Amino acid sequence: MTHRFRDLLAIQPLSADEITFLLDQSRPFQEIQRHPLKKLATLRGKTVALAFFENSTRTRISFGTAASRLGADTMNLQAEASSLKKGESLLDTIHTLSAMKPDILVMRHASSGACDFVARHLDIPVVNAGDGTHEHPSQGLLDALTIRERKGTIKNLNVTILGDISHSRVARSNIHLLGKFGCHFTLCGPAMWVPRELEKIGPPGAPIRRVFRIEEALEGADVVLVLRVQTERLHEPALSAGDYIHLYQLNARRLRGAKPDTIVLHPGPMNRGIEITPEVADGPQSCVLEQVTNGIAVRMALLYLLTVGVPDEGEPPAPDTETPPRNRRSTDVKDSSHAPR
Amino acid sequence: MRIVEKAQLMSAAEIDRTLQRLAHEIVEKSGGTKHLALIGIVRRGVPLAQRIAQAMRGIDGVTVPVGILDITLYRDDLSKVAPQAVLRSSDISFPVDDMDIVLVDDVLYTGRTIRAAMNGIFDLGRPKRVTLCVLIDRGHREMPIEAQYVGRSVQTSATEIIEVRLREIDNEERVVLVDRVE
Repeated sequence: MTHRFRDLLAIQPLSADEITFLLDQSRPFQEIQRHPLKKLATLRGKTVALAFFENSTRTRISFGTAASRLGADTMNLQAEASSLKKGESLLDTIHTLSAMKPDILVMRHASSGACDFVARHLDIPVVNAGDGTHEHPSQGLLDALTIRERKGTIKNLNVTILGDISHSRVARSNIHLLGKFGCHFTLCGPAMWVPRELEKIGPPGAPIRRVFRIEEALEGADVVLVLRVQTERLHEPALSAGDYIHLYQLNARRLRGAKPDTIVLHPGPMNRGIEITPEVADGPQSCVLEQVTNGIAVRMALLYLLTVGVPDEGEPPAPDTETPPRNRRSTDVKDSSHAPR
Repeated sequence: MRIVEKAQLMSAAEIDRTLQRLAHEIVEKSGGTKHLALIGIVRRGVPLAQRIAQAMRGIDGVTVPVGILDITLYRDDLSKVAPQAVLRSSDISFPVDDMDIVLVDDVLYTGRTIRAAMNGIFDLGRPKRVTLCVLIDRGHREMPIEAQYVGRSVQTSATEIIEVRLREIDNEERVVLVDRVE
């Protein structure tokens, strides 16, 4: 069973079948991470544009490495050095990048919906590498791949998410993804970061409960996803780092209250000693480094699937493989559901 | 366009006999099985490699390692492949360095698959020798590639297709020559 994807903007619209396909297609790329010679020529001659309008180190390096291991070239645009600082609009920047003829755009932006907006204006595939507090689909996929490897399945698991869930696109992508496979969610953190609305964000029927005692949240958990505490946000409503550690830090004692085979994920970068102790981060239940390796495999699969098999320009697609025409309006920006906030 | 079956090239018994002979030839020409490893090319090369290894156990009493190689990522015509080719997992769990590798596939045609397979293998290491074993050689090469071990050579026209059907994949066991008729 094969699926075609034009872009990857979010996990939410994908079916469980499509997600399973993406995870399965990441497996051959996991093997390549173990090869002594990791470089393929599969995407030789293709160019991957990496446009990071928000600072990122690991996701950018991960996509860049994925591209280079596939033999593709990369074009880098970084917020700090870009003309955005000189007042150019997002659309002008994107059109300029696009005029340099990349084959695919990987993009991160601080505004939710920015990638959808850009995708409607471009003819090349767009991969969302994180948009505001909306989604971070490749992170959701690499987390699912890591869980599937450790647990053998992503179905019907108890998933506990700790930390600042309201601002987390990682949490959202994970809830959308794992929710389609019957997982149950327990969200835990300071009340200001775990508002009641979050109970409704999952796929229909996905049980999401809020819990404010970490011991209770960890009980029966198969997977614990620890989110990075953005220490600058600790000051919004006052909560000292000391209080956070006292109430919500994942330490070895608390983790023992879960199950012996509970696994711990963290999207990184970790604040050791804040949301997670070194003992847990480096312990046998931690999957943090597997997540990083799997991230390259998932991103190689995405770049491969979105770039390859798309017939070259001017070459008519084979009749049985034609994709339905897409509405790519070049001027219409009034679609409020996707407009950047 | 219709697909018509023109001839049966091999029966189940003939496939079996041919694989037995190929196993003997490989052992004989390799001077033993010590450094020998088989790599089946996905998909139908895989069961063929496994059966040849099975036959070698009967000859030499030695278990020859069998690897699986999916060449999709090494193809030179990916942009023409549509819909997106589904990747299957490769599984080569032994080091290929200094090994005597026998690539196994069902049909040798243009040679492009074998070129891709060699690229794949050389990403894993540096074998001492690579040879090729195919059930059917149908000619029409586009690369300077030849098989050292051939089950049967068949003259074909460009419109004809050779279908190797194996019980592990196709629930039947025979080799047929089919043709596309307008």
